[in-house]
Amino acid sequence: MTLEDVRKILDAEFIACGELLHRDVKTACGSDLMSDVLAFVKPEGLLLTGLTNPQVVRTAEMADLGAVCFVRGKKPDKQTIKLAEAKNIPMLTTPLSMFESCGRLYRDGVVSCFECGK
Amino acid sequence: MTAENKISKVQELVYEIRVGDVMKKNVITVGPQDRMSEFGKILREKRISGTPVVDQGRLMGVISIDDFIRWLAERQEDCPVERKMTKNVRTLYADEPAVQAVNKFDQLGFGRFVVIDRRDEKLVGIITKGDIIEGLLKKLEVDYYDEQTNHRTIQSFFDDVLADKAALFFQYSVTGHDFNKAGETASRIKTTLKRLGIAPQIVRRVAIATYEAEMNLIIYTEGGEIRVRVEPHKILVRVEDSGPGIPDIEKALQPGYSTAPEWVRELGFGAGMGLQNIRKCTSKMGLMSVVGKGTQLRMNISLDDGVASETN
Ligand SMILES: Nc1ncnc2c1ncn2[C@@H]1O[C@H](COP(=O)(O)OP(=O)(O)OP(=O)(O)O)[C@@H](O)[C@H]1O
Ligand SMILES: [Mg+2]
Repeated sequence: MTLEDVRKILDAEFIACGELLHRDVKTACGSDLMSDVLAFVKPEGLLLTGLTNPQVVRTAEMADLGAVCFVRGKKPDKQTIKLAEAKNIPMLTTPLSMFESCGRLYRDGVVSCFECGK
Repeated sequence: MTAENKISKVQELVYEIRVGDVMKKNVITVGPQDRMSEFGKILREKRISGTPVVDQGRLMGVISIDDFIRWLAERQEDCPVERKMTKNVRTLYADEPAVQAVNKFDQLGFGRFVVIDRRDEKLVGIITKGDIIEGLLKKLEVDYYDEQTNHRTIQSFFDDVLADKAALFFQYSVTGHDFNKAGETASRIKTTLKRLGIAPQIVRRVAIATYEAEMNLIIYTEGGEIRVRVEPHKILVRVEDSGPGIPDIEKALQPGYSTAPEWVRELGFGAGMGLQNIRKCTSKMGLMSVVGKGTQLRMNISLDDGVASETN
């Protein structure tokens, strides 16, 4: 599916790089632990997180993630959004909880981008 | 990703850069009717070894210190420089790729070329080997260090690039406790490596490893230095700080062990995974630390085994 599909499924809105809505999304993960993301996530995945600090964007940048979606209606500050724009990392925000968001995406065929586990 | 690919990116840049981009523009010139005695004065005052001879912007020839000495030795009357200058001047056009200049320097053994505009043939600048290297380094945002002399030597960089054995060296300072800036250094390293044409999966591994190391500098120390060295077959990273040091290295290397304070955990770090993750991303890593003195982390990422851990 594409980021635009993700947006619809999660009732989300774009807050950075909305022009990249056609970017492909095959895998995703939900985490609030950045070192876990850095250690186990494969490139191009979508990260769902409740954290909104600039290090989320840095983590996405270093790990070549495809996009970031903030759960429970959270939004990062302007500077963090600017950083994401500069680094070409699309960001969305959804009113849904982490559990609900992951559930819906999984139901619609998105698989885990964590390397470990089953 | 092979070494050849990486270095050829540098060579690509030599094609990309135009002579006009890197030449020196404010050239001292003399007119054809200027006297040899005046030319001598200019040589002395400006400490140069020669100048183009220009008439209303048009290049008429070149006059050098050799011409001047010959004139002195012959004890001739003072005369206009046009009578002593070299008329057949080798020039470059400003819109030529720098690589053209590189080849001509080598073929003709010249130290510098006069640069003219292609349309009106007017003089626009002068270019040396050094100007090209400077332009190249600026584009790459890196410094070059010569192994033997241990300082930046532009001339040997030039030879090394052509001989495909250049090593590039760059260094960054990281300030401790500045959480908002965390990741800036890793980000710059990532950008530079990409620009050098290094394979994406290798760039990603170096980026993740240096980011984790940068985070540790910011969380646990007053700051430190990150040095990166790109060689034809490997990338070496050295991260150094001056305290507080790690009391038990064995323990620190265990996944899950962390002394990170609560505020760090709230920001999504402090899981005790960083060093583990660095080990995973690198071909070799070494950690040395003295309590009260500081910590040194060395990483070695081979450019030849990109496939071995392509998932990270
Ligand atoms: N440069 C350093 N100076 C002093 N102590 C350090 C340094 N680097 C690491 N440590 C110590 O080693 C421990 C483990 O580091 P590591 O990077 O593996 O995990 P972490 O930083 O605690 O958490 P994470 O990296 O997952 O966010 C740290 O908690 C800290 O006590
Ligand atoms: Mg760490």
